[in-house]
Amino acid sequence: MAHRTTIRFLLGNEPRTLTDVDPTLTVLDWLRGTERRMGTKEGCAEGDCGACTVVVGRLVDGAVKYEAINACIRFLATLDGCQLLTVEHLKRPDGALHPVQQAMVDCHGSQCGFCTPGFVMSLYALNRAEAAPLEGVLDEQCIDDALAGNLCRCTGYAPIVAAAQQVRNRTPDHIDDALPSVTRALAALADDAVVETGRDGRRFLAPATVDQLADLVLSNPDATIVSGATDVGLWVTKHQRVLSTVIYTGRVAGLARITDRGDALELGAGVTFTAAKAALGRLHPDLDELLRRVGAEQVRNAGTIGGNIANGSPIGDTPPALIALGASLTLRWGAQRRTLPLQDYFLAYGKQDRQPGEFVESVTVPKPGKGDLFAAYKISKRFDQDISALCACFLVTVGDDGLVTRARLAYGGMAGTPKRADAAEAALLGRPWDAAAARDAKAALAQDFTPLSDWRASAAYRLAVAGNLLLKFQAESVADAPATRVLAQRTQGRPAGCDIAKAVPHA
Amino acid sequence: MPDKTPIDISAVTPRRIDGAVHDSRRHESAHKHVSGEALYVDDIAEPAGLLHVQLGLATRAHARVLSLDLDDVRRAPGVVAVFTAADIPGDNDIGAGLRHDEPLFAEDVVQYHGHPLFAVAAETRDQARRAAQLAKAEYEDLPAVLDIAAARDPGTLVTPPMTLRLGDAEAALKTAPRTLSGRIKIGGQEHFYLESQIAMAIPGEDEDVLVHVSTQHPSEVQHIVAHVLDIPDGAVTVEVRRMGGGFGGKETQANLFAACVALVAKKTGRAAKLRPDRDDDFRITGKRHDFEVDYQVGFDDQGRILATDMLFAARCGFAADLSGPVTDRALFHADNCYFYGNARMSSLPLKTNTVSNTAFRGFGGPQGMVAAERVVEEVAFATGLDPLDVRKVNFYGTTDRNVTPYHQTIEDNIIGPLVDELEAWSDYRARRQAIRAFNAANPYLKKGLALTPVKFGISFTFTPYNQGGALIHIYTDGSIHLNHGGTEMGQGLNTKVAQVVADEFQVDIGRIRITATTTGKVPNTSATAASSGADINGKAAQNAARVLKARLVEFAAGHWNVPQDAVVFTADGVRVGDQLLTLREVVKAAYMGRISLSATGYYKTPKIHWDRAKGQGRPFLYYAYGASVAEVTVDTLTGEYVVDRVDILHDCGDSLNPALDKGQVEGGFIQGMGWLTTEELWWDAQGRLRTHAPSTYKIPACGDRPRQFNVRLVRNSPNVEDTIHRSKAVGEPPLMLGISVLHALSDAVASVADHKICPQLDAPATPEQVLATIERLRERTA
Repeated sequence: MAHRTTIRFLLGNEPRTLTDVDPTLTVLDWLRGTERRMGTKEGCAEGDCGACTVVVGRLVDGAVKYEAINACIRFLATLDGCQLLTVEHLKRPDGALHPVQQAMVDCHGSQCGFCTPGFVMSLYALNRAEAAPLEGVLDEQCIDDALAGNLCRCTGYAPIVAAAQQVRNRTPDHIDDALPSVTRALAALADDAVVETGRDGRRFLAPATVDQLADLVLSNPDATIVSGATDVGLWVTKHQRVLSTVIYTGRVAGLARITDRGDALELGAGVTFTAAKAALGRLHPDLDELLRRVGAEQVRNAGTIGGNIANGSPIGDTPPALIALGASLTLRWGAQRRTLPLQDYFLAYGKQDRQPGEFVESVTVPKPGKGDLFAAYKISKRFDQDISALCACFLVTVGDDGLVTRARLAYGGMAGTPKRADAAEAALLGRPWDAAAARDAKAALAQDFTPLSDWRASAAYRLAVAGNLLLKFQAESVADAPATRVLAQRTQGRPAGCDIAKAVPHA
Repeated sequence: MPDKTPIDISAVTPRRIDGAVHDSRRHESAHKHVSGEALYVDDIAEPAGLLHVQLGLATRAHARVLSLDLDDVRRAPGVVAVFTAADIPGDNDIGAGLRHDEPLFAEDVVQYHGHPLFAVAAETRDQARRAAQLAKAEYEDLPAVLDIAAARDPGTLVTPPMTLRLGDAEAALKTAPRTLSGRIKIGGQEHFYLESQIAMAIPGEDEDVLVHVSTQHPSEVQHIVAHVLDIPDGAVTVEVRRMGGGFGGKETQANLFAACVALVAKKTGRAAKLRPDRDDDFRITGKRHDFEVDYQVGFDDQGRILATDMLFAARCGFAADLSGPVTDRALFHADNCYFYGNARMSSLPLKTNTVSNTAFRGFGGPQGMVAAERVVEEVAFATGLDPLDVRKVNFYGTTDRNVTPYHQTIEDNIIGPLVDELEAWSDYRARRQAIRAFNAANPYLKKGLALTPVKFGISFTFTPYNQGGALIHIYTDGSIHLNHGGTEMGQGLNTKVAQVVADEFQVDIGRIRITATTTGKVPNTSATAASSGADINGKAAQNAARVLKARLVEFAAGHWNVPQDAVVFTADGVRVGDQLLTLREVVKAAYMGRISLSATGYYKTPKIHWDRAKGQGRPFLYYAYGASVAEVTVDTLTGEYVVDRVDILHDCGDSLNPALDKGQVEGGFIQGMGWLTTEELWWDAQGRLRTHAPSTYKIPACGDRPRQFNVRLVRNSPNVEDTIHRSKAVGEPPLMLGISVLHALSDAVASVADHKICPQLDAPATPEQVLATIERLRERTA
């Protein structure tokens, strides 16, 4: 394996080569502490407020893809091969404000101003996203999603949404002007070497191939495997854990691959939530909606499916959906692979079926077929950027005779692991798929789960809603079902432009 | 001498200055906010040798400290010094009002989970954070009182309660045709300013110390630092350029951080900075008080309220802080817009072993108003009337029925016409019908609609705070340096005050240099709080500008030999007789003529007085009004909901800056909505706050804003009082517009029992709370 002991990236258009980088030094602490670039703010140090939002450009199939991420929980060394843009890069060379900055000024989008640089960067990322229409009113849902990871306590958001609308017609800026040279520079930084840096005896390793990854994990069985760091970042910023060896998967070619196997999708462990949303969302609209509500834009751009599974959290949002769909997990140990049903990976709270030296390589998700009914529900205090109180994902197969032949009812937040409701499933099998069956399944849930009470929800609420969601699922599967979802209600029949952008009427 | 260029005045086109009063001028720092160039305390260049400070926190809610072993802390890498209560040269007391109930560092007894015990100063922030975890404390647990229910029995109060009486409530309740009673629980609220608390102290010579701190109350920080260090106030300079949000959370809560860094700086001779992690900020700073309000109301079949009796129990935490005036203000707003005829209202400021609660936008007023709206809602359900009709029938009158429970006669009531206008503009009645039809057709989703009004009293109820100061210098190049006692936390105070001064001198606002608030320029200031910032500092700055103008007029008249009334400040320059001079020319001449070009300004609010013992007086100069209509959709299987549409009409008098005021209205509404919906503070059985970061404490996100959000300011409604350019205060009142969302949710919930039962939906109305209320109503109707 070729080794490289430098971290190379672009800060704006400026090449940076760093050595002896602390493996868990965050991008934010580097920007503010070392570079004294004070525009990027720390609001929470856990990736939940967006005040630290920066934009990272990386080469994807030869083109630079720009995405907003949280600098507070991203390790600096993971920027190897990337371009980092901060709020200081947006002003034009002549000192004039960038159109997204000017729009925020024009629309009174800042009050205290502390969250503003983060919003500006999210707006910038939205502005240059491929999904954004070049003209016409930007869909409000699109704006809400782009800004869901940025909290503002002053404005109430309306003027910021107005600013997003104002800049919907994008014209090339100085960052676009530099794109050809940036593309060449990033291409020149890409290599197949294992990057190794660190200090004080702690190491950061970033392989470039799956085989390198397998070798490194095998030879460093105690290493912490890091993908988007949207959870591990908090171990460092909140719990001040000292990680002696970090193996970063984000450079590994092939680990972020999505393969269509006809009757199933295979997602590499490094597939981000953003990429998974596009692929899984095509299987079922509820998967699109569920993934839309994983974290927020900055988290989805960094966090991965593999990380969401591997860390074994009982409240990760993708495992219930993947378990309901009958997904299987492929683990790799050196050159060996083994595959197991995803549900079997979760042994107990904090304990997974993963041996030292082993890592999650991919997950294979069967596509729902004929007669399959599917739904995914996430219940949380707030719709966006919140952690589930519970997550419920159901797959029920109804045979030609109208009887339930298969029931996979998977829940998160109801036990120490993502878990299927065996008794409730049994209550459905062989019965007509009707309200009575759903009610019986709901009653059976009490045998399946003894949920906890905590700050997200009480045990009583979790159990009641877990059952009510079965009633809802059944109701929704009836033709001409009445409306059952408040979020769908919100987007129905609403004019895209309300009068938030209008001038203040005043005598 | 300046050139005297005679010009033909009549040929000059009258020009309007840039940034005149009443203009929708952008925030003075907007361009710096968006570019990241605006400096907050943590962005200020750090002095060489700066020490980073962190606090060591208690891990018990109430306990005797048997021993505190800090050896490992001292030995930790990078640690320079560790300080405890024993190291404090002055008084170990940082509470507002200096009652000796709030130490900088706890000594023998810790009174809440998170109570600071010591501070550690290290070379880096990371080292300080790690070292702070290494303390070994031994405790002997004492009984911990954690919530209102537990606090009622011992009934220990942190501050004396207050009672207001109007008429004879007891007698009127006995004779009222109908009566009912109930209790409402209202949750607290974390400020979640985006910039957490922070202070940096730079030691000077002798006793001097300069403190950069994110605070709404520089003068109090100055007093506290002096008190803790046992040095004169004059040795302490406190400076604030801007805060990244305050919302009341930096009125007294910055004292701790400022006192701590000042102590470290003076003890070590090195600059010191303390920026707590967000989790610590949540744990150790006070929040909005949660309340339980018991109410009894007498009324007739027309829904007219004849008497109320209300008891306001508040969780105050372990110390008084501002709980006295906060619970007082709850009572001052327990009438909202309604004439009760006979009323008795009392406060119960309960001591608990939790962080000491503090000011938060509205300052108890919102809790009082939520209780008032519950009372009205109960009457509506009892009489079967639309809640809006019950509200209207109980509105204060303009010539009679206009005396509040604190015996102030309301002289500026506009709530009736304001609500009429909003009712028509929002199409309330037609939407009421449409919603009933929707609910009839939908078994799972239910819509709700509510219109709630706001009347909010403006002035500090602590009368001495109703004064402001300003300082203006004019330099010989004609540039104007403006300073005043208020602080900028995002509300646009500096912009408004600059507009006032620009208007006086008739110069473009760009000529006014806005400068950091500092105790060294304007002393003995009041907190920027109670929505009073523009009212008192705008008037004070206007006063300073007028003093300077008078000097310049007198000088110019003599110098150019014209009558004083021939010297006029215009947008085109200073007209002196038949010539037009630039301000710079006039100022330069005045300097040469040895005229002072610096002036202080001062203002004190007229008319107000308050006798707390009697519960009578005129605590408020005037009232700000507003009303909001909210429409929601609720999922009756999960309790989830969305706010579909909100229409707001709000009164800013003759607004100084409609764009900034609209920002306050929208932002206040969303913050109030968050308080009453998703923002839930959750303590565990050990008294640990478990919702201590944005991952667990959910303020509204962008998608939670109403998709239809129509906000208007009341037109042609100048303040009847002589406030700054007849404007009205706007900081706090709009927060209470968010109450409309709680009532719309309640309306939707009520539909599951055919609107026959008052849902008594408590706050925060989280999805769980909404579902529990739905299930309770279903059980009662089953």
